[in-house]
Amino acid sequence: MFKSFLGGIHPHDGKDLAKDKAIEAMPPPEEVVIPLSQHIGAPCSPTVKVGDTVKRGQVIGTSEAFMHADIHASISGKVVKIDSLPHSGRITAPAIVIKNDGEDAWADGLPLSRNWESMDSEEILEAIRSAGIVGMGGATFPAHIKLKPQKQVDILIVNGAECEPYLTADYRLMLEEPERIVTGAQIMQKLLGVKTAYIGVEDNKPEAVTALQRAASDSHIEVVALPTKYPQGAEKMLIYALTGREVPTGGLPMDVGCVVQNAGTVAAIADAVEQGLPLTERITTVSGDAVQNPKNLRVRIGTRYRDVLDYCGGFAETPAKILAGGPMMGFAQYDLDVPVMKGSSGILALTKKLTEHGRERACIRCGRCVQGCPMGLIPSMLSILSERGDYTAARDDYGLMNCIECGSCTFVCPAKRNIVQYVRLAKGEIRAQMARDKAKAASKEAKK
Amino acid sequence: MTGDTKFTISSSPHIRDGETIDHIMWQVNLALAPAAIFAVCWFGLPALINMITGIVAAVAAEYLWQKAMGKPITAFDGSAFITGLLLAMSMSPLLPPYMVAIGSVIAIVVAKESMGGLGFNVFNPAHIGRAALMVSWPIAMTTWSSMQDFSGGVDAVTGATPLGILKLEGYEALVNTFGGQSAMYESLFLGTRNGSLGETSTVLLLLGGIYLIWRGYVNYLVPTLMIVTVAILTWVCGPSGLFTGDPLFHVMAGGLMLGAFFMATDMVTIPMTVKGQVIFAVGAGAITVLIRLVGGYPEGVCYSILLMNALTPLIDRVTKPRIFGSGEGK
Repeated sequence: MFKSFLGGIHPHDGKDLAKDKAIEAMPPPEEVVIPLSQHIGAPCSPTVKVGDTVKRGQVIGTSEAFMHADIHASISGKVVKIDSLPHSGRITAPAIVIKNDGEDAWADGLPLSRNWESMDSEEILEAIRSAGIVGMGGATFPAHIKLKPQKQVDILIVNGAECEPYLTADYRLMLEEPERIVTGAQIMQKLLGVKTAYIGVEDNKPEAVTALQRAASDSHIEVVALPTKYPQGAEKMLIYALTGREVPTGGLPMDVGCVVQNAGTVAAIADAVEQGLPLTERITTVSGDAVQNPKNLRVRIGTRYRDVLDYCGGFAETPAKILAGGPMMGFAQYDLDVPVMKGSSGILALTKKLTEHGRERACIRCGRCVQGCPMGLIPSMLSILSERGDYTAARDDYGLMNCIECGSCTFVCPAKRNIVQYVRLAKGEIRAQMARDKAKAASKEAKK
Repeated sequence: MTGDTKFTISSSPHIRDGETIDHIMWQVNLALAPAAIFAVCWFGLPALINMITGIVAAVAAEYLWQKAMGKPITAFDGSAFITGLLLAMSMSPLLPPYMVAIGSVIAIVVAKESMGGLGFNVFNPAHIGRAALMVSWPIAMTTWSSMQDFSGGVDAVTGATPLGILKLEGYEALVNTFGGQSAMYESLFLGTRNGSLGETSTVLLLLGGIYLIWRGYVNYLVPTLMIVTVAILTWVCGPSGLFTGDPLFHVMAGGLMLGAFFMATDMVTIPMTVKGQVIFAVGAGAITVLIRLVGGYPEGVCYSILLMNALTPLIDRVTKPRIFGSGEGK
């Protein structure tokens, strides 16, 4: 019944470093740095000013724009700075710095205690919206927008694949707190009015599958062990594996009647609906061969990487790269002052040994990238055309825009070509060209 | 403690597997080793001299070219080594070493480096070198050692290859030369026959080929389909009417084993998709048979692969995989 997507790769998963480390709550730090842009969409504007006292769970940033998620204080204390500061997704971005008062007091009325079964859809959606929940697997799409799809959906999918090497945060969550995930999934089932719900987990995590199955025994949720193959957790691949449906080119999961949420997001939804808790903390994996004591931490949003890494004993070896997220799709960081955000699934410190790959050479057409591509593309041609500056040929003849940038091609390339980088360059140039064309057309229109 | 370390910034993915071009190339050389060693045992010193000459000339030509052009030196990555070795292995052990060296230089300079180096060459360099020698010194290229006396190495008396005998004297004469059909098969299988110095031993080439398939460097479909195509067509188009051919002979004779496992699988010059590789293999097999049975030359492996190399860009163009979610061909 369940299918396997074409392509895919089997990297060394490195999960042994942290998979047996129980989730540990890291004490709130002296100071948190809370970026006003932690989601796809419009950045928020601050609703507090320097000198204000804030409590945990209080809204400190919001936006008029439809596509946004509110930002909340993750500790209680005093706003000491609002400025452009290091950000793990861009170089710098506006952020609110809060100095901890040591009280760790919740905002008035939190946490609540309510029964989701007696809440109607609108109340549920409002609870999710006001909690500022975004896709916590790293995509950071606002959850309340995804959960009000513009098309009829009939399948809910909880993404527990966690196919990125080294990351074990979702695994620990599924193992230790499966009830939260099951409750969150049931809430979404009610909200979306769907009968079919799957929790997809890679079969290298049998303990998590068992724990979820036990927790889901009284529900209408099916826990499915999927073959361990990267990128099993990529949205399109996961939907295909569970339903056999292909999200069309340029389309969204809802185009094939699906809504997909990451396991961590689902647990946050349960907390938001049952207890009214905004998203102020998350579970993140701190790992890599340069980290002294790899851990799975429950950490406050806004905690600086430096504090997190110090809490894990600092570096065992000199790291060459600090990553936000996993090694296949994560972002390399230039500064340890970047803070943990809603989408921070992991903080990795990797040594030179793992991250240096030698000189890039010309493509030898071995075809390993073609066999590895889950999207049916010819990555080598994309890289060659992009290198040559022929971006339109890459788009029109080789499906450039379909690339999900999973990195499988680049991982297996014996010529050590930076294929994903070439793809990003070409996509950027294509988008820039489209923007220029649009501006030109607009000015022409204006002259008329 | 964390301290102040400087970090590397680059695009994801941040980890890679351990495979490198050098490793792939040396694995291919390793797979060629059994047949190459057998060649020295069977044909004696001239085989060794020709192989060393081919390799040294190829690597030196690549090194000097890259040096002169100011390009990064990749002459020692194993690929020029393969070209020199394959070239020597696909020619008569009696060929004068200087001709082998010229073939190597042509293969590297004309067929490979002037196209842009490894990855940009359209044709299999070793085959281009061989084809150039074939038109330059046709007699030397078709002078083979004697079939009668192999015990003392290469005989001064020249003889013909099994395919040559078939072409000139027919199947019966061929079987008689070996003293019977089973003796002929045995000789072809083990390699105790006349021919190019590295092509004779079916069993050892098979061994190397299976190693490459097992290690994942060769898609088993390519050699299998090329060989099966030759077997079927030679069986169907027999000398005395339909279905009277000897497929077993055709599969083991000539350079088919060497070509199917080591040249039709040269990743640079064959299609990238499995579908394309299937077309390539069947096409190469069919052209081989066409040349063997109808053409002027007794053997067609070299030209069939070169012709299919020329078609490779076109094959690549028409065998693009279906893009996930594109709806076509579902």
